[in-house]
This record gives sequence, C-alpha cells and structure tokens, in this order.
Amino acid sequence: MNIAWDAFTPWTSLGGGALIGLAAALLILGSGRIAGISGIVGGLLRPSGGDRSWRIAFLAGLIGAPLLWQLFAALPPAQVDAGNAMLIAAGLLVGIGTRYGSGCTSGHGVCGLSRLSPRSLAATLAFMGAGFATVYVVRHLLGS
Amino acid sequence: MQAFIALVSGLIFGIGLLLSGMANPAKVIGFLDLSGAWDPSLALVMAGAIAVAFPAFTWARRCTRAWSGCALQLPTAKHIDRPLLLGSLAFGAGWGLAGYCPGPALVSLGTGSQPAVVFILAMLAGMGAHALLNRPGKALRQPPPAKG
Repeated sequence: MNIAWDAFTPWTSLGGGALIGLAAALLILGSGRIAGISGIVGGLLRPSGGDRSWRIAFLAGLIGAPLLWQLFAALPPAQVDAGNAMLIAAGLLVGIGTRYGSGCTSGHGVCGLSRLSPRSLAATLAFMGAGFATVYVVRHLLGS
Repeated sequence: MQAFIALVSGLIFGIGLLLSGMANPAKVIGFLDLSGAWDPSLALVMAGAIAVAFPAFTWARRCTRAWSGCALQLPTAKHIDRPLLLGSLAFGAGWGLAGYCPGPALVSLGTGSQPAVVFILAMLAGMGAHALLNRPGKALRQPPPAKG
C-alpha cells in the first residue's frame, strides 16, 4: 500500500469530521435523536406517521448546506466515475442494506462508535470490509 | 423547537461533509481502494467526528430529556444478528460501487449533481422495498423470528 499524499487532506477532513460530530451532538442533546441519515430517511417511508417534522427539517438542512456554502465559497470538486447502471445498483444496495442493517456510515460509524455500541462496531467492520472488497473487485479485478 | 434544532444540525452536518471532502465520491473510493494510491482522509473524518460526538453521547446517556423537551431516544438493540451483518455487507458493496453513502448523496443532491439524483432515487426504491416487506401489519401475521 502506498499513500496518496497529494490527495490526502488531513486538516479539512479532521475539521469537517469535527463538524459532523458537532451536528450529531447537537441532534442527540437538542432534539433527542440519532443523526443516522439512512434511519432519518427510512423513517419517512414508514406508513405510521408521527415524528416526521424533525426528519424533514434535518434533511432540508443537509440538502440546503451546499446553498449556504455557495454564499461564501465555490463548491468543492466532486467526481463520479460510476455510470447510470452502476449508480442504480449502488443505490438499491445502499437503500436495502442500510435498512436491514439499521444504519449507515453516520448512524453506525459516527454515532454508534461514539456510543461504544458493539452492534455498530460489527456493522461498521462489515460495511467497511465490503466496501474495500467491492472496490478491489471493481477497480482491479474487473478493471473498470 | 425540535425541528429547528434538527434543521441547524442538518446544515452543520452538510457543511462538514463538504469541508471534509466526503461529498466527493472519488475521494471516498480513494479511501476504499487499499491497493491503489490510498487516501486516508476518511479515517480522519471519522476520528474528528467521534472525538466530538463521544463526550456528547456519554452525557446523553445520563439525560432522559433533550433540550427541546422531547424524550431522548438512544438505540436499545444489543444483539448482533443476521440482518445487521448481511444488511451492512450489502450497504458496503453499494458504497464501494459508486462512492456514495446516504449523507454525501443527499448533500450532492443540493449541489445539483445528476448522478446523485439517480443514486438517491434507487436508494429510496431500496428503502421503500424494505418498508413494504416489513410493514407492521405483515409482521403480526408471521411467526416471531427464531432467537440465536
């Protein structure tokens, strides 16, 4: 393994991560809810109503963040290498997987690990492992 | 009040994702690609987030109510079961295919990204399928899952 020093952004990543942690802290202490994105979205798809307003408000903030960002700076670059078929397969797997697995990078990876939850540690190891394996297969064995 | 705090939290979360570089799928793939030129940035995002969230969750465990007055809900599930592991494996595979997990994909939606729209629609379809297969009425008609 060699490290991509030119791509590595230690300070902005650490700082951005701290903001993500701050958002999770604010949501649990202020609103009493876990900042797990897949759970927040998934809760809106359940037929049983109730606690919808905080979910919608959180997602509005998340989707609105780039608009706030653009008031002060240009958006950072984003590059997507996947085509439509790959994006659809990825979205289906992420949608079904996070609901059966009860969480994603934020719910298990950030909030769960911060709660020292063994369940979230197991989930995080599983999705990280699957992510590493998938990228290896797609990028190096299939060579796309 | 609860919704207002959630809105501010969502904004901070999204700004954090943009600043950290995690709203860029190529950067996420750079972390997941161990055998290429490895970009460790995602590990620092997790470290920074946990460093701030850990004391908050430690404190939250001693509270019954949030600042907004509503009940503070922490997950109670403890069992490491098959849905957790198989679901997480499927999620990881999808994550590795495109470099999107739910948070960054939603932020990318706000940047007007076309691929993010395709990904989010498919993700909602996947979540909707789960909701249909696990609707409350259906669960009542099935025997409870075997323990262990």
